[in-house]
Amino acid sequence: MITLSDVHKSFGDNHVLRGVDLHVARGTSTVIIGGSGTGKSICIKTVLGLVTPERGTITVDGQDVTKTGDRDAFLARFGMLFQAAALFDSLPVWQNVAFRLMRGSLKRPKDEAREIAIEKLRRVGLTPDVADRLPAELSGGMQKRVGLARAIAAEPEIIFFDEPTTGLDPIMAGVINDLIREIVTEMGATTMTITHDMTSVRTIADNVAMLHGGKIRWTGPVADIDAAHDPYVDQFINGRAEGPIETVR
Amino acid sequence: MRALAGIGAVTLGLLAAIGRVAMFFGATVTHLVRPPFYLREFALALLNIGWLSLPVVGLTAIFTGGALALQIYAGGARFNAEAVVPQIVAIGMVRELGPVLVGLMIAARVTSSIAAEIATMKVTEQIDALVTLSTHPMKYLAVPRVLAATLAVPLLVGVGDVIGIFGGYAVATGTLGFNAAAYIQNTVDFLELRDVVSSLVKGAVFGCLAALMGCYFGMNSGRGAQGVGRATKGSVEAAAVLILAANFVLTGVFFSI
Ligand SMILES: Nc1ncnc2c1ncn2[C@@H]1O[C@H](COP(=O)(O)OP(=O)(O)OP(=O)(O)O)[C@@H](O)[C@H]1O
Ligand SMILES: [Mg+2]
Repeated sequence: MITLSDVHKSFGDNHVLRGVDLHVARGTSTVIIGGSGTGKSICIKTVLGLVTPERGTITVDGQDVTKTGDRDAFLARFGMLFQAAALFDSLPVWQNVAFRLMRGSLKRPKDEAREIAIEKLRRVGLTPDVADRLPAELSGGMQKRVGLARAIAAEPEIIFFDEPTTGLDPIMAGVINDLIREIVTEMGATTMTITHDMTSVRTIADNVAMLHGGKIRWTGPVADIDAAHDPYVDQFINGRAEGPIETVR
Repeated sequence: MRALAGIGAVTLGLLAAIGRVAMFFGATVTHLVRPPFYLREFALALLNIGWLSLPVVGLTAIFTGGALALQIYAGGARFNAEAVVPQIVAIGMVRELGPVLVGLMIAARVTSSIAAEIATMKVTEQIDALVTLSTHPMKYLAVPRVLAATLAVPLLVGVGDVIGIFGGYAVATGTLGFNAAAYIQNTVDFLELRDVVSSLVKGAVFGCLAALMGCYFGMNSGRGAQGVGRATKGSVEAAAVLILAANFVLTGVFFSI
C-alpha cells in the first residue's frame, strides 16, 4: 500500500537518504530499525510530505503522494506520533487528543470528542484527571503517550509511530507494544513504527526493515531476523559494539 | 568591482525577500477567503492583539500627547503662537504620532510574541503535527492573527489618538493655563475627516504588517532556541522598518495631493 522507491534526501552535504526502497503491505506492521541519525524519522516524514525528497517517488495505494488533489482528505487517512510528541502546548491534553475530532471533516460535538479523548487516554494508560492539564505539566513519558493517543484518536487507516516506547518504563512499554499490535490486528490499520527496542520489534512487527547508510540494508519477516545472516543486522539486534557498523569512541 | 558585486548581491537578496513576503501575504489572503475558518483562534487573537494591548497603547499615547503640548507651547512661545497648542496636538497625534507610536508598540508587543510562539511551534514540530492533523498552518495560525491585527489596530489607534489628545489637554489646562471648553472646541473644529480616516487606514496597514511579519519570521524560523531568537529579533526589526516606511508612503498619499 505504501511504496518508496529510490528516495533521496540531503541536508546540505549531509546525504541522509541515498535511495530508499521499501514496500509496506496493507494491514501489516512494519518496523524500521537502524542506528541513531540514519534517517528513520526523515524517511516517514517524506511519506507525509513534511520533508520533500530530492529524488524518487512515494506512492500510497498507487497514487503519488505529491500529486494528491485534496491534501486534507489525503492526510486524514494518517496518524502520526512524533518522536518528541509535538503536543500543542497552548491546548489542554484532551483537546490535543481530540484535535482532529473538533474541526474539519471529522468534527463531532464537543462532549463526544472529549469522551473519545478520555477513552483513548485510558488505552495508553493515562487516567482521566490528566485530560484537563496542559502538556507542559506532564512528564516526558506521559507526553509521549498523549501523542500516541492523538495519533490513534480518529482511527486512521495508516499510522506512523516514531519511537513509541522510548522514555517509558518496561511495564508501560509492554502496554504500548500490545496496543500497537491490537491496532493492527483488530482495527486492520497499516503501521510503520520506528524503534530501537528489540522487545518492541518482536511484539509489534510483521516485517522489519533496517536502514543503514541511507538505504534499506535488510528487510524481511520478523521471524527471519535472527537468521538473517547479515552482519549489520546481527550487530544491531545483539547490541554489539564490535562489527561492521562503525561506532565512534 | 567587489563593492559593486556586493551591492548587487544585497539588492538581489532584498528583492527576493520582498518577493517571499509578498507571496506569504498572498497566501494569507487566499486562505482568508476559503473555508474552514477558525473562529476560536480569531477570537483569541482579537483578545491578545486588541484588548490586551490597550494599557500599553494608552500609556504611550498619554505621555506623548502631554510632551507634545509642552513642546508646542515652548516652541510657539518664540513667536507668540502659544495659542496653537490644541490644533497642533490634535493634528500631530491623529496624523502621525498616534498611528506610528501605536504601530511600533504593536510591533514590540504583538509581532515579537507571534514570532516567538510560531517559531517555537516550528522547532518543536508542532507545525508538522498540525499538517498531519489536516489543519493548514496558514489558516490556523497566520490568517486569524493577521485578520485580527488588521481589524483591531485601527481601533487601538483611534483610542490612542483620543488619549493622546487628552494628554495634551490635561497638560494644557492643568499647567499652561488653557481654558478647558475652548481647548476641546478648538480641537474638534480643527480636525478634518481626512485626518481621522488617514489615522485609521494607517492603523489597519500597520496592524497587518506587524502580524504578517510575526507569522512570516515565525514560520521561517531556523532550528533550536537560537532559531527562535533570530526569528523574533528579525520580525520586530522588519515590522518596525516596514511600519515607518509605510507611514511615509501613506502620509504622501493622504496629504501631498
Ligand atoms: N531539518 C533538518 N535540517 C538539517 N539536517 C537534518 C534535519 N532533520 C534531520 N537532519 C539530519 O538528518 C539525519 C537523520 O535524521 P533523523 O531524525 O531521520 O534520524 P533518526 O534515524 O530518526 O535518528 P534517531 O534514532 O536518533 O531519532 C541526521 O543526521 C540529522 O542531522
Ligand atoms: Mg528519529
